[in-house]
Amino acid sequence: MNTNIDSLLNSLADQTKAHLEQLGEQSPLIVGIRTGGIWVAEHLHRALNLSNTIGVLDISFYRDDFSRLGLNPQVKPSQLPLDITDQNIILVDDILHTGRTIRAAMNELFDYGRPASVSLAVLIDRGGRELPISAQMVGDAVELPAHQHVKLTGPEPLALEIITTD
Amino acid sequence: MMQHFLTTESLSLDQLTSILDTAESFYKVDGRHVKKVPLLRGKTIVNLFFEASTRTRTTFELAAKRLSADVLNINVDASATVKGESLLDTLRNLEAMDVDMFIIRHQDSGAAKFISQHVAPGISVINAGDGRHAHPTQAMLDMFTIRRIKKDFTRLKVAIVGDLAHSRVARSQIHALRTLGTQDIRVIAPKTLLPNQIETLGVQAFQNMEEGLSNADIIIMLRLQKERMQGAFLPSEHEYFNLFGLTPERLSLAADDATVMHPGPINRGVEISSEVADGNQSVILEQVSNGIAVRMAIMSLLAGGQS
Amino acid sequence: MKIALKHAHMIDPANGIDRPCDLYICDKKIAALDTAPEGWQSDKVLDLSGHTIIPGMVDIATHLREPGQEHKATIASETFAGVAAGITSMVCSPDTNPVIDTPAEVEFIQQRSQFSAYCHVYVMGALTTQLAGEYLSEMAALKQAGVVGVSNSLHPLANNLVLRRAMEYAASQDLTVFFHPHDHHLAANGCMHEGANATRMGLPGIPTAAETASASTCLSIIEDTNVRVHFCRISTQRTLQMLERALYDGAPVSADICMHQLFLSDEDIHGFDSHYHTIPPLRSRSDLEGLRARLNSNVLMSLCSDHQPHEPDAKLAPFPATEPGISSLETLLPLTLKLSQETSLSLSEVIALVTTKPAQLIGIDAGKLNVGATADICVFDSQQEWQLTAENIQSEGKNTPYLNQTLQGRVTHTFVEGELVYQLTS
Repeated sequence: MNTNIDSLLNSLADQTKAHLEQLGEQSPLIVGIRTGGIWVAEHLHRALNLSNTIGVLDISFYRDDFSRLGLNPQVKPSQLPLDITDQNIILVDDILHTGRTIRAAMNELFDYGRPASVSLAVLIDRGGRELPISAQMVGDAVELPAHQHVKLTGPEPLALEIITTD
Repeated sequence: MMQHFLTTESLSLDQLTSILDTAESFYKVDGRHVKKVPLLRGKTIVNLFFEASTRTRTTFELAAKRLSADVLNINVDASATVKGESLLDTLRNLEAMDVDMFIIRHQDSGAAKFISQHVAPGISVINAGDGRHAHPTQAMLDMFTIRRIKKDFTRLKVAIVGDLAHSRVARSQIHALRTLGTQDIRVIAPKTLLPNQIETLGVQAFQNMEEGLSNADIIIMLRLQKERMQGAFLPSEHEYFNLFGLTPERLSLAADDATVMHPGPINRGVEISSEVADGNQSVILEQVSNGIAVRMAIMSLLAGGQS
Repeated sequence: MKIALKHAHMIDPANGIDRPCDLYICDKKIAALDTAPEGWQSDKVLDLSGHTIIPGMVDIATHLREPGQEHKATIASETFAGVAAGITSMVCSPDTNPVIDTPAEVEFIQQRSQFSAYCHVYVMGALTTQLAGEYLSEMAALKQAGVVGVSNSLHPLANNLVLRRAMEYAASQDLTVFFHPHDHHLAANGCMHEGANATRMGLPGIPTAAETASASTCLSIIEDTNVRVHFCRISTQRTLQMLERALYDGAPVSADICMHQLFLSDEDIHGFDSHYHTIPPLRSRSDLEGLRARLNSNVLMSLCSDHQPHEPDAKLAPFPATEPGISSLETLLPLTLKLSQETSLSLSEVIALVTTKPAQLIGIDAGKLNVGATADICVFDSQQEWQLTAENIQSEGKNTPYLNQTLQGRVTHTFVEGELVYQLTS
């Protein structure tokens, strides 16, 4: 797995530019998923030289494990323009694993309105999907065994680490 | 995980803070176009009110619906129990319908505790007011309101004015304030409405507005019920207002930036003058909207992490 | 039947006995003490080494729930619980349904007792008809039917004039008035002692004055009329002090205290547990200590159980909505023993308060173990530790805060009129 952050971010930015050209979209809404996804989204936003505001999603209220784990009291509010109808959204997260976070994020997005399209950009796709979710823009992809996890630490400096559990 | 929410008395500083923090996050949900989150989707919440109350019940209902829960409103007429169905039978009948949470308001102190001891495992109970004992969700929304305005509880001077003897709200507020670090709490009431040995709760008792309000940062006015004239507690609303009503003159004895609160509904001209109730130091309406976020927080904290 | 009780320690306060002493029963009476009578042949010998013998206890305050409240308990069930608890004489309260205000109800209880009671049952008559506090009951007829006194229980009298008339009339029939000092207006809808704990719990309080004001009024009437009055279930220090002073000044007064008032206070009421809901309420810690300090007071003629058995539903509701009362026969002995350990009273002095003194109060020939006395005897093991559980409690009422607590002192044998009516089977 490529752990060179700069190289990953550059690759992601290039892929996103190409994707936006295909879409014919010059001013997409970049939405980062708290917390790691926001750091990546901010870099992407700068790299794309966008003038609009970045959106922030906190998916705590949309998780599917609420019954088991309860509510995280550190929920910060999501920040999105009140109406996202007809916007082309680039949803950004740090690590793509089971796909459940993205499912929750999309449910929340659609409570805000009806976007024209939602594309997904992730820094690392580490495999292990449990839902039919895929990313259009991927920094690096690798299949990790179940007992290994990737974590993005930050915001300064951003760094990737692989954690092994028993 | 908390199983029930019955009093503020039993809660630690961490637990109280956690509720306030969670309420803060729900506060923003209200500003959204879609005011719902799917947290309690598929859950059934029952408002089991043995004492009539439109406003509290409506707030709970709104809060539950914003969490995407299904809500059942049961008003148990006092006469229904006279007809013979015991409190426990009412409860069992409802449980047979597979509900997840009860919100209870009852005229007897200790009723919420009693119900929590007899519900099936996994069902949560929220106390929406039991007799004169506790009204913890109201106290929490008051603490939330205070925290948003004043930030620091430890240096506050808080005055609670009115019918302390019959007030479950006041008792819950006092416990919460003390745990959150407030040391200077005054209760102001005529002798007949001051509970026996109220000082043991950690407050100073005054029978005089002028003394009790001096430099207060927060003034919480309590409602005076008409029955108090019947029970020989007070001669008249008129005399009560003359001695204990919050007028602009009395308000000026408090701190310059004092905040006026009231759990509602207010009796204009009895405990508070219209000028003060509608004035710019009053946050009475904010309390109402805060109530929804706080109740959403409490319901979420109870419902999560049960399995 | 000739029975010998050997090797036990005997405490008989009436006769000043507190030493090892053998006891010989012949038919219904005590035939001899220490040594067997000449030519004695025992039909049965009980080796009671390690045990204590006392007179069968006399409990002046019990609710037997017949007639009319059989869903709570019956004469049969509660008298059996009584003998299991070492009590051989019980006085039943008049607040049954119907109320015991005519000879018919007295006779009903006497006949029911003859048929189904395990011990002696004495009847307290109602002071006013229906206990409604307005009209005098036919006290002469009640006296003739055999009541040991008249009482209005906790029901109010319409006014002080009716109280005075009722007292005077009772006195004219040579009946002691058993008066419960309880001012209903001051008590209002209170269910707990008015104090810091009631304030914190938001429970309506019963002020001390609800007892003292009522007692004081009655004492004033006694000063004018010299009527003999026994004051029931005193719960506050102030009332007992008032009664002591009145006795000292020559008033014909006496008092009793219910046993749990000497062990429980309002501080023990946790989590709105309705087992602690009683009227009069459990008072403050200082009242408890004040009462304990005055147990050798001359005015105190009895300790009692104030036994109030209830069906489970009566206690299954929020605290203020429950019925007050504790099922307390079976804790009487262990608490009596504990009282002597925890206060300056000797065991003999405390036992006097549950045997000879209450017997004198109600005018019955009981509570003593002299030769010729009726063989009503309680034998217990003072060292045995045991737990009162829902399974082994004999009363129909399981409503006691002492359930599942460890108690010390257990009744092993009870004799009524020479017959072994109860024996502990391990």
